[in-house]
Amino acid sequence: MTSLLTLPTSTRRLVGIKGIPQIIGLGLVLLIDWLVSPQFFTLRMQDGRLFGSLIDVLNRGAPVTLLSLGMVLVIATGGIDLSVGAVIAIAGATAATLINAGLPVVVVVALALAAGVACGLWNGLLVSLMRIQPIVATLTLMVAGRGVAQLITEGRIITFVDPHLAAIAGGSFLGLPMPVVIIIGMLAITLLLVRATALGLLIEAVGINRRSSAYAGVNTQMIIMLVYVWAGLCAAVAGVVLTADIKAADANNAGLWMELDAILAVVIGGTSLLGGRFSVVMAVLGALIIQAMNTGILLSGFKPELNLIVKSVVVLIILFVQSPALKGIYLHARSRRIVS
Amino acid sequence: MTFHRIVAAAALAVATVTAPALAADKLVVGFSQIGSESGWRAAETKVAKMEAEKRGIDLRISDAQQKEENQIKAVRSFIAQGVDAIFIAPVVATGWESVLKEAKDAKIPVILLDRGIDVKDDSLYLTVVRSDAVYEGQAAGDWLVKATKGKCNVVELQGTVGASVAIDRKKGFDKVVAENPQMKIIRTQSGDFTRAKGKEVMESFIKAENGGKNICAMYAHNDDMAIGGIQAIKESGLKPGKDILVVSIDGVPDIFNAMAEGEANATVELTPNMAGPAFDALVAFKTGGKVPPKWIKTETKLYQPDVAKSEYQRRKDLY
Repeated sequence: MTSLLTLPTSTRRLVGIKGIPQIIGLGLVLLIDWLVSPQFFTLRMQDGRLFGSLIDVLNRGAPVTLLSLGMVLVIATGGIDLSVGAVIAIAGATAATLINAGLPVVVVVALALAAGVACGLWNGLLVSLMRIQPIVATLTLMVAGRGVAQLITEGRIITFVDPHLAAIAGGSFLGLPMPVVIIIGMLAITLLLVRATALGLLIEAVGINRRSSAYAGVNTQMIIMLVYVWAGLCAAVAGVVLTADIKAADANNAGLWMELDAILAVVIGGTSLLGGRFSVVMAVLGALIIQAMNTGILLSGFKPELNLIVKSVVVLIILFVQSPALKGIYLHARSRRIVS
Repeated sequence: MTFHRIVAAAALAVATVTAPALAADKLVVGFSQIGSESGWRAAETKVAKMEAEKRGIDLRISDAQQKEENQIKAVRSFIAQGVDAIFIAPVVATGWESVLKEAKDAKIPVILLDRGIDVKDDSLYLTVVRSDAVYEGQAAGDWLVKATKGKCNVVELQGTVGASVAIDRKKGFDKVVAENPQMKIIRTQSGDFTRAKGKEVMESFIKAENGGKNICAMYAHNDDMAIGGIQAIKESGLKPGKDILVVSIDGVPDIFNAMAEGEANATVELTPNMAGPAFDALVAFKTGGKVPPKWIKTETKLYQPDVAKSEYQRRKDLY
């Protein structure tokens, strides 16, 4: 038993390294942001909430960060959810349409979140019970879901004026913009669910080997169902935040291609697309790296034609830094230094 | 042949049942519409119906749901029905040669609405009715020169990178900027034609330009980005429409709402009435044999807050 509790030194060193590439990555991106725009870290209060580029990163990064909270669990089971961008559109369309129908904001938000849970259940059913490959199963909802959202909005941009719904993105708590508060809350709930219970361990087990987990008595179907439902719920929260932010539901564009950024965030966070070990916090860090980069590009004054190129180069560098090959070289060099 | 005859008979039966007052010389026009992906598109369809009714034209609309193959199918079915003319709002620019040749062989004139196409032989269509996007950008620029006496630091929210509308609307505005040495575009970025992206880009512009104090005006390639930008200006504690002037293009209802509240200053309308000029050209061609020019430019009009309230009321049910 004691050998399990006291990790061997080599393993501990590996655990220690985990997360360092992401933190260095975020630090580097923030440094570049500061170089291209010296007022990057300047903060001031505006209408009772903090105001500055750093807050923009958190605020604008909220949707992808929320998506990554669900996506990381799905990917840990060896799956993937391509439909979350469409779920954002559905939840947003639901919220804007219902608030205009005169329903109270609590009911509106509850129903929008329920729509996300329903989408998650649908994905979960296809993947766990029907055993359809996740990429195919969720691709159907990715395509059809946007159509559903367009049906809800009748192809128009639905504008609303309700101040309570708008406050979900425009309000503040202790000076922090509401989306940041929501991220912290959802992150805490996710961490409690997966780390304070055995759920995280079971998810990793399913991701590493679904069949042997089942033989060991894990209800794999339930676990898989749960992660897709969670991804759907997180997407719905992101959808409500996005809609509240622009005070309108834009079914054609809300969350478009955002599933790819969420997957990228998880990958930058060091979770393997093959499933298994995962880190929720690192995925959030990954999402913030992506947004810090986006905000930096906007501040830099580069031509818009360069946006995608700059973004892909930075992502490539971060992925190189955390590639297993580079880690091997680093460990090798260290051990040689220790020996000599 | 018999099948065609049956179809024709059936169509005739339906036509006589639904429109008993059908005059023998009533023009029949088939219209292949892209779909209803935006409020503007929906308005274009509605206006086409109204304009047809005004002229006593029988307009048959087919919704292609953003697919070219559906449009080609619709055109073939219009040819089979023997309509007097075909309107197409093409979803893409390429791949039209063979089906337009079929229409030409059947001696049915084709008029393109809102967008052009790439064909080697431009006799395949009678004319294209669309706006002049370069002029739209120029009209926005001209207004800004008048409003600021030609002295202004402008930030620009571009449309999607590579979109022809974005390129043209930039070109027209740039032309005005080049003529006014004291007018400068200090920042330009793509807001992808969406509210969310317009807001994000404008937020960054405000931070990068001394909390927005260096910015005299925001020029957005479409109204939706401007609406997002207005929200960003408000959240930074500045007054849109006063501290930072707002000029954009399209004329969607929500921008008139913003103008009525004093948060936007001008919008250049992209008229949804593409069918009206097309009907006029068609009637002149059919009755007098008058061949229209290859490009019929629609009217470009700039609206200011004085008419915002009434324009909002007029448009809100159209879009």
